[in-house]
Amino acid sequence: MDKEKVIQIIADVCEDDVVLEERDLDLFQEGLLDSFGTINLLVAFEDELGINVPITVFNREEWNTPNNIVMQLEELA
Amino acid sequence: MIPYSDFLFFLITAIALLPTIILGFLGKSSRKYNLFITVVMLALIFGLDMGNYTINWKATISILLFTLFQVLLIKGYHSYRKNKNHTAVFVIGVLLAILPLVLVKVLPFFNLHIFGFLGISYITFRAVQMIMETRDGMMKKDIPITELVYFLLFFPTVSSGPIDRWKRFDRDFKKVPTKEEYRELVYKGINKIFLGFLYKFILAFLLYNKILVFLPDRTYGVLDSFGGHLAYMYVYSLYLFFDFAGYSCFAIGVSYLMGIRTPKNFNLPFISRNIKEFWERWHMSLSFWFRDYVYMRFVFWMMKNRWIKNRYTVSYIGYFLLFLLMGAWHGLELHYIVYGLYQALLIICFDVFERWNKKKKFWKNNKWTHAISVFITFNFVCFGFYIFSGALF
Repeated sequence: MDKEKVIQIIADVCEDDVVLEERDLDLFQEGLLDSFGTINLLVAFEDELGINVPITVFNREEWNTPNNIVMQLEELA
Repeated sequence: MIPYSDFLFFLITAIALLPTIILGFLGKSSRKYNLFITVVMLALIFGLDMGNYTINWKATISILLFTLFQVLLIKGYHSYRKNKNHTAVFVIGVLLAILPLVLVKVLPFFNLHIFGFLGISYITFRAVQMIMETRDGMMKKDIPITELVYFLLFFPTVSSGPIDRWKRFDRDFKKVPTKEEYRELVYKGINKIFLGFLYKFILAFLLYNKILVFLPDRTYGVLDSFGGHLAYMYVYSLYLFFDFAGYSCFAIGVSYLMGIRTPKNFNLPFISRNIKEFWERWHMSLSFWFRDYVYMRFVFWMMKNRWIKNRYTVSYIGYFLLFLLMGAWHGLELHYIVYGLYQALLIICFDVFERWNKKKKFWKNNKWTHAISVFITFNFVCFGFYIFSGALF
């Protein structure tokens, strides 16, 4: 799995390039991601990476930062 | 017997929990004992008619049949999902799980009062969650029946929530807290319970009996008609908060004493800066349930199938669906439906503003805008509860 591509997808959905630099940023606490953003992210993962992440699997405790999302995706893929 | 409604309930709960607390302080597991007292407490809650101290057979049989139905449904879907995963079967499963609740809401309109009991909606919310998470592949292991029933009917939260999550609940259930951890739980639990006394039996009680009963019209000339309604709006909103937050404190406190960290329901809702934040602070376990299992599912499904091009349109339809359902769940009366529509409109208008503001930077973030935002949000929220109260129409 292409780690940079995942980070780029997250940055696109969050509409903020800070994601590219600070990869331990809590996206929910920073207000970069909400439930609508989460859905956009899941759709993008499915379309662009071919990884299907069910909604309830994506919880805000373990999928909160760019690095954690990459890690969780690697476990799933 | 309605949980947390009178002194007798607290007395019985305290006596029943005494062995739990002693076992906890010794660092021993009270799991088996807690299962036992849950059965006893459920028998009292559903089976005892406090009016004339007789057995309420109707409620007892209803809850037994209803639980059996939900357990069979969850176990049946779980074993089906091991090998297959058709969307139609999932949809039928969810519809069956909510069918009893829908009947309870709809049948009275046809003058049919067949069954119905305290807590049916909250048990349904937990059951639907089990089916959704099974569909998502979250239930890899078998679900033991005892634990499933304990989760569905956990007596501290059985009547009105908070709505826990299976994964979280199961983790607490399996883990025996150490002496130190348990001491912390008891400290927090007792604190919560006393906060509950303050909220529900002092503040909510006084607000209701000393002020609310005289509003909006019986103010003896102190307030004019408009003033009476305005006062009613604010006092009712505060009453609603203290009453339900007080109940939630009891439910959480008693859960803590039993080693279950039931999630909180309220997080200072009246300091919210906007309506989205408000719904992350008010009746949280319910709004998160609707967010995760209604809004997000709907939006994801619509986007995946690409039936509507504009993603924001999909999101706004999702908000209407969420809040209409939430309104209808409170009751099918007009004021509940209008309340739902009102909340959906607020959230959509705020979303449009938020996106516009992100580009234009019109509403900058400083302490003045913060204070004004809280003030505006508070007033919109209170007007929503004014609709909700039924005083308007």
